[in-house]
Amino acid sequence: MKKMWKLAAIAATASLLVAACGGSDSSSDTTTAPDGDSAVNGDAFTYTNFTPFEGGTVVNCAPADGSAIKAAWVYVGPINDGGWTQTHNVGREFVQETLGDKVITTYKENVPEGPQVEAVIDDLVKDGNTIIFGTSFGFQDAFLAAAEKYPEVCFEFATGYTQKNNVSQFYGASEDTKYLSGIAAGAEAPAGATVGVVAPFAIPEVIRGINGFTLGVQKTNPTATVKVVWTNTWFDPAIERKAAESLISSGVKAIASFQDSPATGEAAKVKGIGWVGYDSDQSVAFNDIWLTASTYDWGPYEVAKIQAAIDGKWISGDYYGNLSDKFVSIANYGKKVTEATKALIASERERLTATPSAEFTGPITAQDGTIKVAEGKLPTYGDLMGMNYQVKGITTDLPQS
Amino acid sequence: MNNNILVIILASGVFYGTPIFFAALGELFTERSGVLNLGVEGMMLMGGVSAVWASQHIPGSSWFVVLCSILIGAFAGSLVAALHAFLCITLRTNQTVAGLSITIFAGGLGLSSYFANVWDVASETVKHPIRILNPGGLSDAPIVGPIIFHQTILTYLSWVLCVLSLIYLFRTRTGLKLRAVGESPQTADAMGINVVKYRYIHTILGGALAGIGGTYYSLTIVPQWVDGVTKGAGWIAIALVIFGFWRPDLTLLGAYLFGALQSLGLILKSRNIEINGSILDAMPFVMTVVVLVLVSGGWAHKRLQAPASLGVPYEREER
Repeated sequence: MKKMWKLAAIAATASLLVAACGGSDSSSDTTTAPDGDSAVNGDAFTYTNFTPFEGGTVVNCAPADGSAIKAAWVYVGPINDGGWTQTHNVGREFVQETLGDKVITTYKENVPEGPQVEAVIDDLVKDGNTIIFGTSFGFQDAFLAAAEKYPEVCFEFATGYTQKNNVSQFYGASEDTKYLSGIAAGAEAPAGATVGVVAPFAIPEVIRGINGFTLGVQKTNPTATVKVVWTNTWFDPAIERKAAESLISSGVKAIASFQDSPATGEAAKVKGIGWVGYDSDQSVAFNDIWLTASTYDWGPYEVAKIQAAIDGKWISGDYYGNLSDKFVSIANYGKKVTEATKALIASERERLTATPSAEFTGPITAQDGTIKVAEGKLPTYGDLMGMNYQVKGITTDLPQS
Repeated sequence: MNNNILVIILASGVFYGTPIFFAALGELFTERSGVLNLGVEGMMLMGGVSAVWASQHIPGSSWFVVLCSILIGAFAGSLVAALHAFLCITLRTNQTVAGLSITIFAGGLGLSSYFANVWDVASETVKHPIRILNPGGLSDAPIVGPIIFHQTILTYLSWVLCVLSLIYLFRTRTGLKLRAVGESPQTADAMGINVVKYRYIHTILGGALAGIGGTYYSLTIVPQWVDGVTKGAGWIAIALVIFGFWRPDLTLLGAYLFGALQSLGLILKSRNIEINGSILDAMPFVMTVVVLVLVSGGWAHKRLQAPASLGVPYEREER
């Protein structure tokens, strides 16, 4: 279940559509302009952030006769879920568009996490697909089993952790972009105010994002505190809205949601409170209260790996994208974000592009006062992946579970 | 004063109870006519997705579009209910099975999701959400402001409907006939009441109200279409009818209680009071069971029971 609805709600495409259709708010022309990125289809991918699996060998998964390679995506939700699955499908469309007739892409949507996954993979392999992308954490066991069964097929898995000779893992540093969005939230809230966070599950990748966000808030608002409400769901707009309302009624002056149905935005809009979203650009629909958001772009990595397969060079490894290859980005700004804040975010962005996870440069102090990252040091990749503490400034405890 | 935790709990009880009340009031009419409709969830979702379509595609001023969306949401819900009515009343199928099939057929991953795909309504927020009103600028008034004046038009509509349905059920001849149909269709038939007509009308009416409940989810709570957005509200509504003893007024209070329970956990959490949300989520059902047990004997047994013929197909020939 881990990632099932991780990013659910409006995708980056949605924002493009909204923009293309003119949207509902007309006042956005000057304010949504170009400081943020187009959230989709960056073209700066390099292999810098890809670490081949130690002892791995090249897997030859392209058709020997030189015909188009068949690539398949297995989705946990419908392709129009407006979020997680939709952004992945945008990635697939980018692959098809970029590689043209060199690839034939297909997808299976609404695949429940469970024994069906293996059957779906069996079907896909039978249909001649030789590179298969899995996009939900709960698929991982089935993918690993299938990888055993089909050593000639290349598997690419988003957000998992187990590698095999024919299974790669890909994901990226959204804590860096959440840090940048935190800067906007800190600037929006009065000095020393409380900023609220609506968060899904207390697992390392979410905690690390909230820590990044909190450090961003403290960058512009050193005495601010951050209050987190855990919803224990990846995706449940009604609960997300209730969580946001409860935070707002408890007095937070800006709010972020790291599960991104626009429900939190709706609650914020009612009270005119600045909102940091996640994974989708809502700068048009919520321009009055919109600050910015951390977004993903899956396509370029997928293009590169399929091209590698075509070239007979596919190898498994760990991809952790970041700002430097535009795997993560920040969305356009809303009109609450001042020019000074934009300038600060731009310069911090440069710093993080040069040095990913620079926001965690020590000293980083946990809630209980212990130093987690020593003065002047950066956390290691392992430190980041296993982050299970909240930084100082977050006033709510991690849930016991 | 309006940041008092009780005020906040009551205000969110009304806000989140309203869609449950609509669906439950619909189910109440359906059950009063002797038809059990377990397809509430499916009808709500069909209403919700159709309302989003309407909101995206109907041109005109905001209030006009909102009105049309509500009507179309109600219409979609009633279409699904008409199917249920046909299955249960005309074909006399098992009502439980028919209702369950309708929830599966129209629900989360069924027809509502299909239409969302076909109409491509999920990819952006709705153009004309049903917004929270602030009549007379009263929403900042102490205590009553957030609870009464910080609500949408549908909440006010639900109050009107609650009063009207009380009058209808207990003060009109038609209401009396309706209850007769639910209690003893044979007797009603002998009195010259058209049982089939009554059942059809009230099943379809029930669907329309469920559709409005679904509309509240997709145009007010989350003004964007997401598959399965009601997340089981239809089942809570069915439990609520029992909890409210098939009476509109008690159902309204129950809806607010259930609505408050849904956000109570999060309200406490944001004040650093940890509480297990799953237990609170289960409360509506636990309370319904408790109420069922409590009223299964004594005076309440006679006065507050389900319509005697609930769930029983009426076959005239068997009279």
